Amino acid sequence: MSQNHDRATGLMDANAIEARAANWLQRRQFWNWSEADQVDLDRWLIESEVHLVTFLRLEAAWTRAERLVALDPAKLENPTPEARKPFWPVLIRAVAGLAVIAALGAGAVSVTRPHDRTFSTPVGGHETVKFADGTRIELDTNTVIRTHMTTEQRMVWLEKGDAFFKVRHDAAHPFAVIVGNRRITDLGTEFLVSREHDKLKVAVVSGRVWFEESDKPAASQSALLLPGDVAVATVESTRITKNTAQALANELAWRRGLLVFDHTTLAAATAAFNRYNTAKLEIADPAVASMTIDGSFQANNSQLFARIVKRTFGLHIEIEGDRTVISR
Amino acid sequence: MAETRGTDFGDARSREQGVIMSTAGVNAWFVREVLPLEPVLMTYLRHHWPNQSDIEDLRQEVYARVYMAAKQKIPQPVKPFLFTVARNLLINQARAAQVVPIEAAGDFEAFAVAADIPAPDRAVIARDELRRLQAALDSLPPRCREAVILGRIEGLSGREIAARMNVGAPTVTEHLEHGMRLLANLLYGELPNAGNRK
Repeated sequence: MSQNHDRATGLMDANAIEARAANWLQRRQFWNWSEADQVDLDRWLIESEVHLVTFLRLEAAWTRAERLVALDPAKLENPTPEARKPFWPVLIRAVAGLAVIAALGAGAVSVTRPHDRTFSTPVGGHETVKFADGTRIELDTNTVIRTHMTTEQRMVWLEKGDAFFKVRHDAAHPFAVIVGNRRITDLGTEFLVSREHDKLKVAVVSGRVWFEESDKPAASQSALLLPGDVAVATVESTRITKNTAQALANELAWRRGLLVFDHTTLAAATAAFNRYNTAKLEIADPAVASMTIDGSFQANNSQLFARIVKRTFGLHIEIEGDRTVISR
Repeated sequence: MAETRGTDFGDARSREQGVIMSTAGVNAWFVREVLPLEPVLMTYLRHHWPNQSDIEDLRQEVYARVYMAAKQKIPQPVKPFLFTVARNLLINQARAAQVVPIEAAGDFEAFAVAADIPAPDRAVIARDELRRLQAALDSLPPRCREAVILGRIEGLSGREIAARMNVGAPTVTEHLEHGMRLLANLLYGELPNAGNRK
């Protein structure tokens, strides 16, 4: 044994040692840290096993706390920011913050119509648009919608991306979302619509929606969707399945700025991160791609995700400009 | 920095002989296998030692002795070993201090078996871990919590935290040190909420 402590007459003062250990730990991370500092720390650590175990314990807890970044910082600081915002400033902010794009070539709608607008979010963006009727539309990353909201008619075109709709139901003025040749009509509802190229997905959180092909006679391919229902439509077909409440909540985690994984492969997880970030994650190895991960992560912090993956699975990460390559 | 696992030699052999590890391996073993036992260890110490102000000193001494032993060979299984060390320490301390430890620290085996805390599965970043971390963070004092959020979660440097909180560097240092120590107690010292664990 390198060091024998005779402590028959008394123990070392854990409180003083812990204070010292905390001092080392925070200096190393938060302030200038030189080679000489590292030498001093190493010397202090080998002086006594009590020093070492105290340092290890603080360091381990502090490392564990890094996973807190997976939690929504907005939620940490302010539990209900949304509730306090008055209506108009939100709308103004949303309009100002969004790129207002001219509707191109659609024919049906022109920018000269005062009630038509286009809202979009960049990669990693998340915006809520509120309308005078009380309807709210939340846009996920890389999403474009076109809206036509008048006192007579309420229509939204989802051009790409994901949007969550919370519709103030008004039977006299139905609210319709149009995606390609499909039409989703609200019957008092919260629902999610996602569009990725030609694939459309509708998931109902509450209320009911009417789902149909808009360019065909009614009842050709139509369905009433209830809470938990998920309709996935491609050009050729429509499939309706049930989602568990948990799966649906995970799918909507982006509304809180999170990505939630439940036995998700790293391939799917990195693809999800890449939807939210311009800096891309890549997996160099099929064996790595098939590893699975659980947990919730901040969607806009792919670097942190890469670090957690590195540590959890003992992998390597290499950053080359905008690419982070994960390998064994 | 590949980590040496205690199972490298196969279960039967490693249980009999223990496994020799590098320092990094022992450190990782200590964090993985010993620290999660802290709630039971603390309960044991509190039950069997009359002077509550000594408990942290005793805990660190137990850790140091377990660590020293582990450098020679990793004790397997770890839990009975930890409690043997704790019991011997209490007996020696009681003799030196001329106090009588409560119940003579005899029922350590009941402790070692009864409160079986599962070691965290490293491959899974479980949601209940996040809940536990969140609860720990929520219970920090406000200013300390703010410094921890800025430093640990937003990844700011000490100087940036000082600017953001509009305080001097010594105050930031104080908040961070306090936060680190409280988090260690909250994350290791208390029994996790059993209902939240899988």
